Amino acid sequence: MFLQQLINGIALGSTYALIALGYTMVYGIISLINFAHGEIYMVGAFVGLFATSIYKLNFFVAMVIAMVASMLLGVLIERIAYRPLRKSSRLSALISAIGVSIFLSTLAQMVFGANAKGYPEGVFPVKQIQIGSAEISTLQLLIIAVSASLMIGLEFIVHRTKMGKAMRATSEDYNTAALMGINVNVVISFTFALGSSLAAAGGVLVGVLYNAVSFNMGLMAGLKAFAAAVLGGIGSIPGAMLGGLLLGVTEVFGVAIGFSSYRDAIAFTILVLVLLVKPTGLLGRKIQKKV
Amino acid sequence: MGDFLQALLGNINPYFLQIIVNIGIGVILALGLNVITGLTGQLSLGHAAFMSIGAFASALFTIKFGMPFSLNLLLTGFVTAGIGALIGLPILRLTGDYLAICTLGFAEIVKVVFLNLDITNRALGLTVPTANSTIPMPIIVWGVVILSLVLVSFIDCSRFGRALKAVRGDEIAAEAMGINVTLYKVQSFAIGAFLAGVGGGLYAHFMGYINPSDFGFLRSVDILSMIVLGGLGSIAGSFIGATVLSAAPEFLRFMASYRMLVYGGLLVCMMIFRPNGLMGNVNFTDLVLRALGRKPHMKKMLEEKNSTAPRSGNGDT
Repeated sequence: MFLQQLINGIALGSTYALIALGYTMVYGIISLINFAHGEIYMVGAFVGLFATSIYKLNFFVAMVIAMVASMLLGVLIERIAYRPLRKSSRLSALISAIGVSIFLSTLAQMVFGANAKGYPEGVFPVKQIQIGSAEISTLQLLIIAVSASLMIGLEFIVHRTKMGKAMRATSEDYNTAALMGINVNVVISFTFALGSSLAAAGGVLVGVLYNAVSFNMGLMAGLKAFAAAVLGGIGSIPGAMLGGLLLGVTEVFGVAIGFSSYRDAIAFTILVLVLLVKPTGLLGRKIQKKV
Repeated sequence: MGDFLQALLGNINPYFLQIIVNIGIGVILALGLNVITGLTGQLSLGHAAFMSIGAFASALFTIKFGMPFSLNLLLTGFVTAGIGALIGLPILRLTGDYLAICTLGFAEIVKVVFLNLDITNRALGLTVPTANSTIPMPIIVWGVVILSLVLVSFIDCSRFGRALKAVRGDEIAAEAMGINVTLYKVQSFAIGAFLAGVGGGLYAHFMGYINPSDFGFLRSVDILSMIVLGGLGSIAGSFIGATVLSAAPEFLRFMASYRMLVYGGLLVCMMIFRPNGLMGNVNFTDLVLRALGRKPHMKKMLEEKNSTAPRSGNGDT
């Protein structure tokens, strides 16, 4: 029972973590809470759905297509809605992000309809595997494996490549990075692309897991992922992973011990409690203010 | 008196009247959030939670006790303000976006709790009887709007208001000047919650039906958009922002399903072309004085310019 729930929790948590990574990276670089991120995740799920159902593509191919499509969308959104606002107050950019979010979810409702849609049968062969007392589906294993490999890939990009170095430098100090000859515009676009593609992967995985894709799936998932990012310490990449997993596991255990109707509140209760004890999140850097 | 007012309103198109009332409620909510976010600089993404608490408290006061509406609204305001202060005390230690997400979390928790309580009738929501008052609803709403405008204007140019602005400008400097930062933050939170509670009470009695899901994240965002659109910290801005955004969905109704699409696009465009809001950097008093053909007082104008320059976000960089 315990093991079973733990694995359910990790599977759910890794999808939260995938979305949370996009939030945390964008925040780390331009201090913007990208509220449209949940919508990017939703679009990713839809692209994956169409690739598998209409074009009958292989699951993994569909996921890559969804990631590329969301990547383009993320970069486009940054270009249109955030770049002109980079010099103005952060709240204006926040409202702009909210505008984009409303725009995209309404557009999705008009294009795809208001009903939830499911992935086609057998898009991914689901088998149950018995481990001790726990029963794990291959789908859960897939989710955990894909999320883990994407996160390892991300770690590699951020810590081992030149672009990653530029990203870290920009998030450390935007202006100094620009002075050092880093093309910050490219770095920011790249960050959006990276974060959006991770969200799309999360969207496809969740779509298959729950077998439901709908125009409003981005809102709650986005809020919870944002909570996960803050829980881990916003701006910190390992923090987002930890926060996502923690929220997923607590949510599953909370439901298991009988708080199922409070499901959506569990994540936020944990968040508020943790922040009260540790005001900058679990792995967040302590902000030292110099006077 | 009541009959006379009723007859007066009887000539107005009821649809138009409904828009007017919605605008009024929007203005009250926006003014409340403006005290928290605009004047004190504390970003709150959970203002709808206070509206929700106010709406349910007020509805229950009417249902259970049949309280006179004026007393009901006042009591609702104080209950909400009390809850606001209680919540504010621990979470206002947080700064910037950590505070924002905490208020968002609080709003989600309130929503889910109300969806599970028997007294709020769970997910079915409450049907609210008409207000126990002889004065028609639109008059009450706009009466409250005027009272709130007066209240917030007084706060804006009082010693208290200057202390709030000092907290917005720089917390550490404010503390060094002898301002009890936490106390002022909690007080501004309580005032904002008070207005949101009253707004919620009015909303509940005007709509006649409330559901916890009405007061979700999108409602908080709506209120925040109003004050940012109008210009943070500006009272005239809150008024105009609330008017535009409360009326926009109605005037966009002819576009049917494109309505929210346009609304989202509009938010983005407004922010790109007018990042400080419609009324940001505009001193309303001076405009009025100029229109009246009088020169604004130079010294005062300079002071205003230095103290009301909009700060980016929450003061942290």
